[in-house]
Amino acid sequence: MIKTFAVLLVFQTLGEGLSFAFSLPVPGPVLGMLMLFCWLLARPNEVDALAPTAMEFLKHLSLLFIPAGVGIMVHAQRVAAEWLPLLAALVISAAVSLVVTALVLKWLQK
Amino acid sequence: MNAGIGQVWVYLSASPLLWLTATVLAYQLAYALYQRSGFNSLANPVATAVALLVAVLSLTATPYERYFEGAQFVHFLLGPATVALAIPLYQQLPKLRRNWFALLASALVGGTAAIASAMGVAWALGASPATVLSLAPKAVTTPIAMGVAEKIGGLPSLTAVLVILTGILGAVAARWLFDLLKIRDHGIRGFALGATSHGIGTARAFQVSEEMGAFSGLAMGLAGILTALLLPLVLKLLQAA
Repeated sequence: MIKTFAVLLVFQTLGEGLSFAFSLPVPGPVLGMLMLFCWLLARPNEVDALAPTAMEFLKHLSLLFIPAGVGIMVHAQRVAAEWLPLLAALVISAAVSLVVTALVLKWLQK
Repeated sequence: MNAGIGQVWVYLSASPLLWLTATVLAYQLAYALYQRSGFNSLANPVATAVALLVAVLSLTATPYERYFEGAQFVHFLLGPATVALAIPLYQQLPKLRRNWFALLASALVGGTAAIASAMGVAWALGASPATVLSLAPKAVTTPIAMGVAEKIGGLPSLTAVLVILTGILGAVAARWLFDLLKIRDHGIRGFALGATSHGIGTARAFQVSEEMGAFSGLAMGLAGILTALLLPLVLKLLQAA
């Protein structure tokens, strides 16, 4: 368990460092994820050591969204003032995304 | 007891411990309700827990900043969780290799359509620039979406809320839309759901079938990477033009 967290934190630190050093527009943890993915491609055996803790951690991904979600308090006024564009944008783009992704994949898949 | 209950409250509410504990408890309670509902996507545990905490904070007149002093320890874990997404993505490698072009192209086209339609509709209906930018990364999993929102000048906490709402909307609408389009293949259904509704859609897809869940997880990872890599660049180029 500690080894998995050590690996995740090391790759996050590398990602944050790279993102800052080269003023990249990509968030540090995403660079960390890409580097970990490449590292697993190079050393496939490592995945067995990381997977159990990582999957248990990701199972409760929902918990990690809560503190940010409570931030809606701070935006209550904005949401009340702009509820119509927000609601319309969310509903329309969810439908567009489902339909376009499914149709393109159906058309391209062998 | 030489301190009254009021004094104990004043002492505890000033320490990070209280709101960290409240966050974990709210999640446990919300998850139990979600289980009770038979994993109904309308009973999304994040939405329930947030509503509960907002109610408690409002009733006790606690400002968000005070709450976040405790909740930041949970929030911090979003970074390592994003890095950890490399592991399920790596486990989908055989599927990724077999059909990589079709999957990559549909994630790219579908993701672009989602971002353009969200920003376009909000802009046309008169939303403010910060709101429009906060909407842009809302189709991908929260840790990535918040990171991108911060990079492009949106409001990360507003984005987090929009991500959750999108997840619930997509998971509810998917079955109905796919039936209408006569798309029955579980691979395609799962992939489109994951590209639209990230982790919330993936959780839903796994309840239907293993195949649908695996494709949904793959789409969530691809959409997240593509959005994180391309959205900030595209917006930077558009702003420069």
